[in-house]
Amino acid sequence: MKFLCVDCDRQMTFEERQLPGDGTLAAAFRCPQCGRVVAMLTNPMETQLVASLGVQIGGRTIPAQPMEMVRGMVAGGKEDAFEDGGGHFPTWSDDAQERLARVPGFVRGMVKRIYSEYARDRGITVVTTAVMDAARTELGLEGM
Amino acid sequence: MHIRTYHELTEPDRSGLAAQIMAQRRRVAQRLAGVGRLIAVMSGKGGVGKSYVTAHAARALARVGRRVGVLDADLNGPTAARLLEARDGPLAVREDGIEPAVGADGVRVVSMDQLLADGRPLAFRGPEAESFVWRGAAEAAALREFVGDVTWGALDVLFVDLPPGLARFQELAELLPAAPAVLTVTIPTAESGDAVRRALRAALERGARPLGIVENMVGGAFVGVAGDTLAREFGTPLLARVPWHPTPDVWHQLAETIWNAV
Ligand SMILES: Nc1ncnc2c1ncn2[C@@H]1O[C@H](COP(=O)(O)OP(=O)(O)O)[C@@H](O)[C@H]1O
Ligand SMILES: [Mg+2]
Ligand SMILES: [Zn+2]
Repeated sequence: MKFLCVDCDRQMTFEERQLPGDGTLAAAFRCPQCGRVVAMLTNPMETQLVASLGVQIGGRTIPAQPMEMVRGMVAGGKEDAFEDGGGHFPTWSDDAQERLARVPGFVRGMVKRIYSEYARDRGITVVTTAVMDAARTELGLEGM
Repeated sequence: MHIRTYHELTEPDRSGLAAQIMAQRRRVAQRLAGVGRLIAVMSGKGGVGKSYVTAHAARALARVGRRVGVLDADLNGPTAARLLEARDGPLAVREDGIEPAVGADGVRVVSMDQLLADGRPLAFRGPEAESFVWRGAAEAAALREFVGDVTWGALDVLFVDLPPGLARFQELAELLPAAPAVLTVTIPTAESGDAVRRALRAALERGARPLGIVENMVGGAFVGVAGDTLAREFGTPLLARVPWHPTPDVWHQLAETIWNAV
């Protein structure tokens, strides 16, 4: 999909994606000429349909993790279905660990890895809830 | 008001949904580059022994030194992991994908059974009321991940154990760089023959190559000649007639026949 600023006759560029956590999605696009921003809001069913295809509106910011759809979307998965390998990763603050603990066990390993890689790539040594919030917005992670 | 069309806008589509789908296809193709032969096992009906035949043929091939994998594409009724003694996880996550479990005789297995909590049906998180809209897409994506996100490595044969019906075969064919060879399982009855005929026809219309027919549950309560009939109709060999509780040499024979047929 493309967004066109009709006044300027310019194609708008993808600005950011937000997942408020109620199953809906917002994707913002900006006109490079006049600066106008429009947001496309999708309802839970539309959001889910796109997610089911394993694609992201606005483009991918991080490469797909192995079995991302299965691990993120299967309900009633076995707690210990996957074993994530270690690696050189940052430590976690207490409140961040607490928040991570609320993630269903089935996907927790993957979610932890995504945050850890986000932090590592930016030279962050401790994952805090603030880091998690920043990563969530930047990477567009729903319910993680 | 003049609005230029999608194609008149020359800047790239930043969302690139089509490009993302293409990237998924490339991932599948790369993953299968190391797989010598992919064999889809299908039938028209459930309960005719697709999974049973697949598992035993896979084990027999592995016993003679072939590298074999079984991908359980029956997401809603997964049985391959139990048949291949590969239910116990966890599956290891590696940099480049999920490692398949190693089951009986060294057969590599990935099955939804390994991922679901005991006795839980496959369900997806999402707006339940509209699940009919997106569930099919989610299942197709799960199949894609089973093919493309698993480190299958170098295999001589990868069996895809399909659920009854046609839908999953279509999804599989869609994913693959080339239409797969199809191994068809039937029981002797005319009823099973009818169901298989429909399924096999649809598969051939999609470009699949028929590998042959296996007639299963022969010599018991099921009476008929569906195996022979189908083989004649489709000009494909009847690879084996498998009795109830066959001896190991039946599987050994079948494995050899399959190997020579692909
Ligand atoms: N030749 C056979 N001898 C004994 N049991 C069999 C044979 N073929 C199938 N079965 C059993 O019949 C049942 C159905 O087989 P299954 O492979 O699950 O069918 P499908 O995959 O086609 O739905 C299973 O319990 C399986 O163990
Ligand atoms: Mg089966
Ligand atoms: Zn503008």
